[in-house]
Amino acid sequence: MGSEKALEEQFQACIDADSRIEPRDWMPEGYRKTLIRQIAQHAHSEIIGMQPEGNWITRAPTLRRKCILVAKVQDEAGHGLYLYSAAETLGADRDDLLDMLHTGRQKYSTIFNYPTTCWADVAAIGWLVDGAAIMNQVPLTRCSYGPYARAMTRVCKEESFHQRQGYESMTALANGTPRQREMAQRALDRWWWPALMMFGPSDSESPNSAQSMAWGIKRFSNDELRQRFVDATVPQAHHIGLEVPDPALRHDGEHWISGEIDWAEFYAVMRGDGPCNRERIATRVQAHDEGAWVRTAAAAYAAKQTARKAAAA
Amino acid sequence: MTSSLGVDLDASRYVLRLADDALILGQRLSEWAVSSPALEEDVALLNIALDLLGQARHLLTHASELEGRGRDEDSLAFLRDEPEFSCALLVQVDNGDFGKTIARQLLVSAFHVHLWRALARSTDEVLAAIAAKAVKESDYHLDHARHWTLRLGDGTNESHARIQSGLDAVWPYVHELFERDDLVERLLERGIAADPEALLPLWRQTVTEVLSEATLDVPDVSWRPTGGRSGQHLTGFGYLLAEMQHLHRSHPGATW
Amino acid sequence: MSAQFPLWEVFVRSKRGLAHNHVGSLRAPDAELALRNARDVYTRRQEGVSIWVVPAASIVASSPDEKDSFFDPAGDKPYRHPTFYDVPEGLTHI
Repeated sequence: MGSEKALEEQFQACIDADSRIEPRDWMPEGYRKTLIRQIAQHAHSEIIGMQPEGNWITRAPTLRRKCILVAKVQDEAGHGLYLYSAAETLGADRDDLLDMLHTGRQKYSTIFNYPTTCWADVAAIGWLVDGAAIMNQVPLTRCSYGPYARAMTRVCKEESFHQRQGYESMTALANGTPRQREMAQRALDRWWWPALMMFGPSDSESPNSAQSMAWGIKRFSNDELRQRFVDATVPQAHHIGLEVPDPALRHDGEHWISGEIDWAEFYAVMRGDGPCNRERIATRVQAHDEGAWVRTAAAAYAAKQTARKAAAA
Repeated sequence: MTSSLGVDLDASRYVLRLADDALILGQRLSEWAVSSPALEEDVALLNIALDLLGQARHLLTHASELEGRGRDEDSLAFLRDEPEFSCALLVQVDNGDFGKTIARQLLVSAFHVHLWRALARSTDEVLAAIAAKAVKESDYHLDHARHWTLRLGDGTNESHARIQSGLDAVWPYVHELFERDDLVERLLERGIAADPEALLPLWRQTVTEVLSEATLDVPDVSWRPTGGRSGQHLTGFGYLLAEMQHLHRSHPGATW
Repeated sequence: MSAQFPLWEVFVRSKRGLAHNHVGSLRAPDAELALRNARDVYTRRQEGVSIWVVPAASIVASSPDEKDSFFDPAGDKPYRHPTFYDVPEGLTHI
């Protein structure tokens, strides 16, 4: 085995050549830890994200919408599973990661700390939140770490369906009764800024961005991705007759330029002061705790079966 | 696929019973979203819910065609009042804990695998086509229920007690699935319906095999509640409907 | 809960004529549930799909064309996962 310096050079050369790092490769401890945290928080976001929409499954306004929502929430659970698996290839343990989520040591996307108080919120989440998530996730399909990149490829395929359904639902509302139109506009008013904040603060405020870029974990800056999202989404809003809640929004000939983001709200919500922070975690913890007897029973049965087979052999 | 039956009120009522069973059970299972013991179970239970809701949509559409009153899947699901629903009591029962949900799923799926096989030979060819697809789905549902019945029944003392308790709670509602009333009699003569009395021994064999392997006792109950087929539902059903129907009813005539 | 379910690797053949591909991993207490979960999570129950689930601990790995110096010392396991390695009873600080 070569010296650590030689290994580090080989590792960096692999990344610079746009090749992939796989689980058994040598990697700097910082790379491993950064990835575990990022992948785990991505997984946590998927499973916490099941809640704001999951709340509307039993109340969906048509059977078709109910089925679409069930499929979407099911997909999100599946995405969480792909991502926890990817994190485990780095030596993390799913139970430990869940414990860190439950005790607040690891975070999830702040967007899911907002309540869904009406059906249009469900449509807005599909359109805006999944839209923003896709902007983040497509570059990650080329992330340097193989298992994460591959998980992202799977996730992106499924998520584009979610975003289309969200926009379709929003379109139906915008073209519907006056009350539905108003519901749609109010939802856009509520979710627009939180969606922009999903991309995170400007990279000048993000201390880890530079290292993540050097390691091939991050491909584009937060601001670049946010700009892409705004450019794609503003025309979509206008197409269905909705107004983006940004009085300063203007087109400069090439791009849609947003007004200033109120980062105070972002940091408050991240700290735990958002409307639903405690509720989201409490729901998660309750499901986990109430299900413990089931998981224990499954393990006990497996052990019994193994013992029976051994005895019969 | 258009039915050769035309407007047929008896057939419509029968298909509506099947539809309501699928719809309400789908609704109950979807309550488990985000609350299951593990992410894998969120996926599995929602999978089953999605199958049932899909079956419900096909059956409701077929029932509305047979009825010939211009209603559709959504007007049937969201605009009927409680007494107009004809779902069995078993599917309305609250989910309870995972043990009770699995116990109920075992009993219902064991019924469905035999029911859909029989209905795949129905002289109502639309119903037969729906049944043929539903056979595969219920086989999968039964498989899931069986896996978990074994693990809970033969897992720990706590899991055994919980699923036995769940089984005891839902067992009294089973007999209603096998009732043969005048409507069923008429449709049996026409080859449209499945014979519940023929299904009973098949169901019993499927269920007792699983319970025996899971070291669970077959409950011994004399109480036989009924009434779902004639719109006399459990107290909780009204609340389920209120939750399910509220948004749709709040916006009459709207499309979503 | 300390009873961690073992890790399984999942291989899927999406249609006849193709080979099985590694699609990811999952945790399950036994083979039957592993297969079931794999079907639910990795194939969404598409028909005609073949699934293999293999206990990750059963996999023996090696990559002959990688330079030796680039290997992690425990080079014959697929992951650096801690539960991969049998720790003799009585050892506390591994």
